[in-house]
Amino acid sequence: MQVRILYFAGLRESLQAAGETVQLPAQVKSAGELRRWLVARGAPYAEALAAGRPVRMSVEQAMARPDTPLVDGAEVAFFPPVTGG
Amino acid sequence: MTVRVQPEDFDCGAEISAIRRRDPRIGAIASFIGTVRDLNEGLGVATMTLEHYPGMTEKALASICEQARARWNLLETLVIHRVGTLRPTDQIVLVVAASAHRGEAFAACEFIMDYLKTEAPFWKKEATPQGERWVEARSADDEAAARWLDR
Repeated sequence: MQVRILYFAGLRESLQAAGETVQLPAQVKSAGELRRWLVARGAPYAEALAAGRPVRMSVEQAMARPDTPLVDGAEVAFFPPVTGG
Repeated sequence: MTVRVQPEDFDCGAEISAIRRRDPRIGAIASFIGTVRDLNEGLGVATMTLEHYPGMTEKALASICEQARARWNLLETLVIHRVGTLRPTDQIVLVVAASAHRGEAFAACEFIMDYLKTEAPFWKKEATPQGERWVEARSADDEAAARWLDR
């Protein structure tokens, strides 16, 4: 499965990337599993997306939970808690 | 139901006049404007830059307005949120809710704002005398949104 990942705000700066397209191994099927898979890549993901960090996720432009399933071609985003308004 | 995300400023009076004239069933219009303060967390703020997630932002705001319309009998809702670099005293956001009677307009305006604060993908970065910093989310905003769950 292939997904397009976007990073916003402080996460984009920490990772020095606005986004990337990745090919996922078969066992990565949810937003939470994708986060753990990215962390396992090491720096800078390991720190920026570490389990204790307040990171929010979206799948197909809707807020996601760790168990939200991924589909092939999905747009997934990682970002800090929102601060608009 | 209108949602706009734009760098340009807005005119609350003109927006409300347009809503009022469109629908004679309207008897109450509540509005909220959020503005840029010159002080946050003890530091002076020279500019504030708002980033967002194009596409998701509009969907999230539309979804929040849909939820408000499912809760209350609303005749119109409007959300305008600015992006880009703003200065103290500038307007950031406008929320308008129109209904036949005031109770629903007041409640919907506050609900939309509370959910916008926690669900819409915007991020603020401040320029202060000590450099730039991302504004951190406030737990008070989560609590404000959560109290609607029991209502």
